[in-house]
Amino acid sequence: MNSFTYARAADVIDAVQQGTRVHAKYLGGGTNLVDLMRETLEQPSALVDVSGLSSDITEREDGSLLIGAAARNTAVAEHRAVRTRYPLLARAILAGASGQIRNMATVGGNLLQRTRCTYFYDNDGSRCNKRTPGQGCDAIQGFNRIHAILGASPSCVATHPSDMCVALAALDALVHVTGLDGSRTIAVVDLHRLPGDHPEIETNLRPGELITAVELPALPFAQRSVYRKVRDRASYAFALISVAAALDLDHGIVKDVRLALGGVAHKPWRALKLEASLKGQPATTQSFLAAVEEELADATPLPHNKFKVELAKRTVVAVLAELAGDIS
Amino acid sequence: MSIKETAQAVMKKAVQIAPDALMPGGAPDPLIRQKHGLIGTPVSRLDGPQKVSGTARFAAEFPMEGMLFATLKYSTIPKGKITNLDIAAAAAAPGVVLVMTHHNAPRMKPAPAFMSSAKAAGGDDLPIMQDAEIHWNGQPVAVVLAETQEQADYAKTLIGVTYETEPAVTAFEVAKADSEPGVFQGEPLLLEIGDADASLAAAPHKVDAVYRTPRHSHNPIELHAATVGWDGDHLLVHDASQCVTHTAWSLAEVFGIAEEQVHVTSLFVGGGFGSKTLWQHQTLAAAASKLAERPVRLMLSREGVYRIVGGRTLTEQRMAIGAQGDGRFDALIQTGVVAMGRHNNMPEPFILPARSAYQAGSFRLDVEAAKMDMVANTFMRAPGESVGTFALESAVDELADNLGMDPIELRIRNEPEKDPTTGAPFSSRHIVEAYRAGAEKFGWAARKAKPGTHREGEWLIGMGCATATYPYYRMPGGAARITLTADGRANVKIAAHEMGMGTSTTQTMVTADRLGLAMECVSVDYGDSHFPGVVLAGGSQQTASIGASVAAAYRKLITELLKLAGKDSPLHGLDADEVIGRDGHLCKSDELERRESYVSLMARIGREELTAEASAPPPLEFTHWSMHSHGAMFCEVRVNAITGETRVSRFLGSFDCGRILNPKTAASQFRGGIIMGLGLALMEETQFDERNGRVMNPSLAEYHVPVHIDVPEIDVIWTDIPDPHAPMGAHGVGEIGITGVGAAVANAVYNAMGRRVRDLPITLDKTLPELGLVP
Repeated sequence: MNSFTYARAADVIDAVQQGTRVHAKYLGGGTNLVDLMRETLEQPSALVDVSGLSSDITEREDGSLLIGAAARNTAVAEHRAVRTRYPLLARAILAGASGQIRNMATVGGNLLQRTRCTYFYDNDGSRCNKRTPGQGCDAIQGFNRIHAILGASPSCVATHPSDMCVALAALDALVHVTGLDGSRTIAVVDLHRLPGDHPEIETNLRPGELITAVELPALPFAQRSVYRKVRDRASYAFALISVAAALDLDHGIVKDVRLALGGVAHKPWRALKLEASLKGQPATTQSFLAAVEEELADATPLPHNKFKVELAKRTVVAVLAELAGDIS
Repeated sequence: MSIKETAQAVMKKAVQIAPDALMPGGAPDPLIRQKHGLIGTPVSRLDGPQKVSGTARFAAEFPMEGMLFATLKYSTIPKGKITNLDIAAAAAAPGVVLVMTHHNAPRMKPAPAFMSSAKAAGGDDLPIMQDAEIHWNGQPVAVVLAETQEQADYAKTLIGVTYETEPAVTAFEVAKADSEPGVFQGEPLLLEIGDADASLAAAPHKVDAVYRTPRHSHNPIELHAATVGWDGDHLLVHDASQCVTHTAWSLAEVFGIAEEQVHVTSLFVGGGFGSKTLWQHQTLAAAASKLAERPVRLMLSREGVYRIVGGRTLTEQRMAIGAQGDGRFDALIQTGVVAMGRHNNMPEPFILPARSAYQAGSFRLDVEAAKMDMVANTFMRAPGESVGTFALESAVDELADNLGMDPIELRIRNEPEKDPTTGAPFSSRHIVEAYRAGAEKFGWAARKAKPGTHREGEWLIGMGCATATYPYYRMPGGAARITLTADGRANVKIAAHEMGMGTSTTQTMVTADRLGLAMECVSVDYGDSHFPGVVLAGGSQQTASIGASVAAAYRKLITELLKLAGKDSPLHGLDADEVIGRDGHLCKSDELERRESYVSLMARIGREELTAEASAPPPLEFTHWSMHSHGAMFCEVRVNAITGETRVSRFLGSFDCGRILNPKTAASQFRGGIIMGLGLALMEETQFDERNGRVMNPSLAEYHVPVHIDVPEIDVIWTDIPDPHAPMGAHGVGEIGITGVGAAVANAVYNAMGRRVRDLPITLDKTLPELGLVP
């Protein structure tokens, strides 16, 4: 680990002023960043601790929910409004990591966690464009069982590892950020980027911008929603495939649907094609399957992850069928 | 020379000197008959309070005056030469005292490789930081010593290494083309009886398939570590070790000093499983300490264990059985190839179970080794048996399915009366009883013979069983010292090991029973190379080795005590074989009221203490008998019909391992083995990148072992039938628990969904294709 300075931010303005310096990093729970620093994959010269900033969870009059970026994952998952109005989010968080990690990890930090690609982690012995731009990618011809099937590029086939973000993508969550130039909101689906030629740039945050809160818009039908995670062991494993979904039916016809996939791409994958295709269709296995096949038509699996296409289809159909069954 | 040959060589001589209890015609260990003592009662481990309170001191926790912290830099190529090492920045970094490379390391000899001589402990026999040559991806190329661990770890990142790469063999298919016959413990891994190919061809029923098991990495909870210091030319090593005497001797060879000049201690070990032998880190720590003239602590990182400590190698096994319509085996063929390092000799001996598991008309068993440029592969819990039983016991299940027979019935039909390949009588074999008891307790009768017919919601449910088997070993070299004190207490010293198995507790019980003392009057000291004996904690042989050593020392002690006690003792005229210990007294064994207390005897002879040291008799018992532990494993799995995820919902192990000395610690050993077996079945796999021989998942986040929720309730039962030819009637129980588990799970998966997975681990990408179209 390299030497670095550490300071607690007094407030958002103080944080942003400190965080805009070169090689500064915001520190939330540290459950990913500190690991990456130990591996020397992150070498900040300054850590700005923002875990003391707002962790409030506020129900607002317009029906939305505002979650302070410093809220711990456990606090979000246990919150009454989250459990009753956005159960897919509570389930997604509980499907991730361990109790100890969830007690530390913050919402802001979770949004920015980095891939588990083993070639990214092997900073001594493997090539990685994300770690060293232009170096090449050893995963494409290597072990790529956990890698992307959608939206990858010749530069990078890594996936985003978060469970929470998949639920946020399905919910159309908004990310509140503040920089030296002021505050703005970014749709969570626009926060993360596909790798393209620059896998080292993972988000659309501007230098020094701090995530201050996550806003969940009102979505009444999300009170019946599901997060399903498929993995290699029953706990403490990253998703091979995960599905976050909410379904709104009207007499057996899909009135509205939200669905996002995890474990398939460099970012949480909002299934917009599937959603468009399903609206107005009968809530049957057949139409679920047709819709997910349309979503995955462009999938380009790698030698070791061909199974993910079939697995994603099966899991999506099962999740939608479960939701349809619950409602009807 | 093999263990058997060594044993046979000394046998002739030994028989002439004294008939032994473990030999034909000898009397069984009197402790077997004893029913009132501590043996067989559940005793909590004596070191438990120290471990849970953090006061037990492990290898990396010994303080030494002026100690430095070490870290290792590893190679990133599999083969070639270091052309440049840029250490200037690292050497100038804060706190750094020394950077050691092949340029400045002291001259040392290679460590003698394991099994190359009696006390050899090295994982391989390569030069250790003596030249620019790279032999595997992950080889240490530099040691950094600093005042703190953090300073050393940081300085390491500043070292620049350039290499000239040379062609390496890192792909198994390439290595296979040049495979050689495997030799294990001095014996070729080849056995042919009859014409197995012809018998297979002629058999009316057969299975013939290829089974694969992947590489596994060692993950004991305690990382490999050594704290070392020199006092002149004497070396003290606090090691995490399962072979202190071997390590002391081997380090002496490396540094060219006498064995007595090296003192290795290892009181507490956080798991060994075959990995806590001599790897490069102890030698590098000692070398760097010598150079820096200060004590050094070197604890490997988790990544470091994956890079420089070998694991279980991959196997590719052809398994074929030819059978008659009634199920009797005409042919048993198990042949295949394993990957092996170039500088070690451990061809994973997967054929060992098939040598004694079943009667068959003909056999062909063969292991070939394909040499690769990789870290030396090594022993891991039940080497051979754990992966060999996967192929063997899966094939038996396949055959039962073909024949329409119950797989337990098929096994019983092929139960041998004597060892099917050596002809030796079995010393103790009650596997049929183990199967019957296990089937009853598990509810095997409820299994549906037709696969894929039991479903609850999304879950397909299946049951499977498999045979577990592991040999009884007792290696030569066991010795112990007993001291009896005037207050009627006894102390045993033996260079044995407690790696969490409960050895120290169980041997305290056994010694107390042998002497007839209360448990609190007995102490057993171990984990020190200055104590008597060469006692490897491996091959599940420690229980027998310690037991036989203590029995020998006891006999000598009592002989001396009776001699010194003289005519006035009520025991006068009796020899050591005519007395037994009971309630703090020595008693005539068939006339218990004729007795004298140890306190009285010691007062009579006027000594504060009396000490005897003796060697265990040569391990001749397994030259006369075929000696094995056995078990029947039962598993229930649930395979998700949507996702293919396999979860184990119930497990039962029914064991036949001689007399169980301490049911509490034995049950933990059985369960621990089974849990490790569940990992082998469902998730463990070292990702060895065949392009450059690099391990890509050197972390417990990415290398999956079972977590709590993956482990169901595990029931364990045992026959508790003593083996009359083993000390205490007992067999070691450390390894058998992992054997058979892979096949029991695979057979249950087949029963659940009708899909036969012959390639471990059984991950969902292997079950998914058979689940049919999207439901």
